Amino acid sequence: MAVETHGLAKHFGDLRAVDDIDLAVPAGSTYGFLGPNGSGKTTTIRVLLGLVTPTAGNWSLLGQPMPQRSMSTLPHVGALVEGPAFYPWLSAQDNLARFDAMGPDWRSPTRAKRIAEALERVGLTAAAKKKYRAYSLGMRQRLGLAWALLRPVQLLVLDEPTNGMDPQGTREIRHLIRQLGAEGTTVFLSSHLLSEIEQVCSHVGVMHRGKLLMQGTLADLRASAAPKLRVEADDPVRAAEVLARMGMADVAVQGPQLVGTLDGLRPEDCCRSLVEAGIGVRMLLREQLSLEDAFVALTGEGFNVAG
Amino acid sequence: MWLVEARTVFGRARIKALLGVLVAVPVFLALAVYLSGGPANGNGPAFVDRVTQNGVFTALAALTVAMPFFIPLAISVVAGDAIAGEASLGTLRYLLVRPAGRARLLAAKGIVVGLFCIVAALVIVVAGLIAGVAFFPHGVVVTLSGTTISFVDGMGRSLLAALIVGLSMFGLASIGLFVSTLTDVPIAAMAVTLGAVIVSAILDSVSEVSFLHPWLFTNYWTAFSDLVRDPVYWHNIGKDLILQAGYVAVFGAAAWARMTSRDVLA
Repeated sequence: MAVETHGLAKHFGDLRAVDDIDLAVPAGSTYGFLGPNGSGKTTTIRVLLGLVTPTAGNWSLLGQPMPQRSMSTLPHVGALVEGPAFYPWLSAQDNLARFDAMGPDWRSPTRAKRIAEALERVGLTAAAKKKYRAYSLGMRQRLGLAWALLRPVQLLVLDEPTNGMDPQGTREIRHLIRQLGAEGTTVFLSSHLLSEIEQVCSHVGVMHRGKLLMQGTLADLRASAAPKLRVEADDPVRAAEVLARMGMADVAVQGPQLVGTLDGLRPEDCCRSLVEAGIGVRMLLREQLSLEDAFVALTGEGFNVAG
Repeated sequence: MWLVEARTVFGRARIKALLGVLVAVPVFLALAVYLSGGPANGNGPAFVDRVTQNGVFTALAALTVAMPFFIPLAISVVAGDAIAGEASLGTLRYLLVRPAGRARLLAAKGIVVGLFCIVAALVIVVAGLIAGVAFFPHGVVVTLSGTTISFVDGMGRSLLAALIVGLSMFGLASIGLFVSTLTDVPIAAMAVTLGAVIVSAILDSVSEVSFLHPWLFTNYWTAFSDLVRDPVYWHNIGKDLILQAGYVAVFGAAAWARMTSRDVLA
């Protein structure tokens, strides 16, 4: 496991920002840490990186117990936590050089080369000598990524990496994350954007009000909400009665259509029963639920809800 | 690592401006004395009446003038900013994730703040010596005891005074460093640190609390003038250095305790 926690909790007074979570991020996975704003994602990341002392529980990074092994483990972890932060009066490359030199290996013969490569990778080569003060929000985010990629790392922790980026930049960053995942780097990506997670992640953990509601592969999350059947018929009310008798749950008539949760029923059996009951079936559709539906089913709430 | 830190701190425009102000103190002092002819013997701030006799005294007079406010102000800014400044920029979290190590980062900050204390005093003395030699006669120096020492000896003692003044600021610097670990607002840390100087200086001037005086970090700040006695009177300088070491130990430990346990939420 690249990241593993047991009973991890962080309370601020009465607020349970992180409430007894057991994360398991497999090595080599791209793990989407999903949840609305204020659900405890950033606090969890701060605990994982040793910035905040947890109220309870323990955790390890790259198999090393934390925080005991931070000095030897964190050099193998790249991180972007709650937005980029740099010195406004220094240029991009001087910023990266300073941060790099403040680590355990302050003398590094490869530093200049690594800085040039990281800036190249995020498309900031032309602005390398520009002061951070003059950077736009999107450029700052890119520089934050360059910082996370400055050293060859085994684990990348990225907290909302596409915040404030234009669509083109967002696409580039997602492409970069996929590429890093393909190279074998474990990526722990926090986001409140379901579509982002859906596009780049292999695994997902859903946070809500400090709790980890579920985690597993993306397919697990999809499966967690049962697929539905949508039927359009000449007599939808009677059709609903037939299907309810068969055991379909949550049947609801919507004009000429009806929708119900399949709940283990096979669509073909439903269709036969309707026809045998003399109902004219105009349309019959098995709806694979979107991840968003699955998320709503888990949390009982929509997205972008400040918890 | 502290070298990297030193380069970042001293490379900052704000710090250069602060040092520029400190350079201006002896230069303006020399100009004012030169243009006005200087106060009569025994009048004005310490050493100022001697400036026209020997340029070396420009440096010492500038130290005396800058001692109560300019130097503590500069040190409050640098020490107060040390950790709180990183926290307010958000760079503290990235330094710790790098990992810089909490105790290690604090040590580097402490070394650089201490270095700044000595550089601040040194800048005044060097600028004072240059301005003094440019405007006024130089040659053998008449000490406060009435004896004479060579010009080179006088210069040497001025530089030693800079070192002593720098070390005298270590107590204040460690208070500032500690306060800086308490907050994410650098200006608050700077203000509290400067407030500590003011409180200490006021208490130092109230005779009803004279029992406190030997424990106040500002109490021996003028002891450096004992360097221009013949022979040098080391008693108060020694007391000062011991007192400053005590402050560094107490507030350094407090800063360490806070730094290694705080939640970094900024």
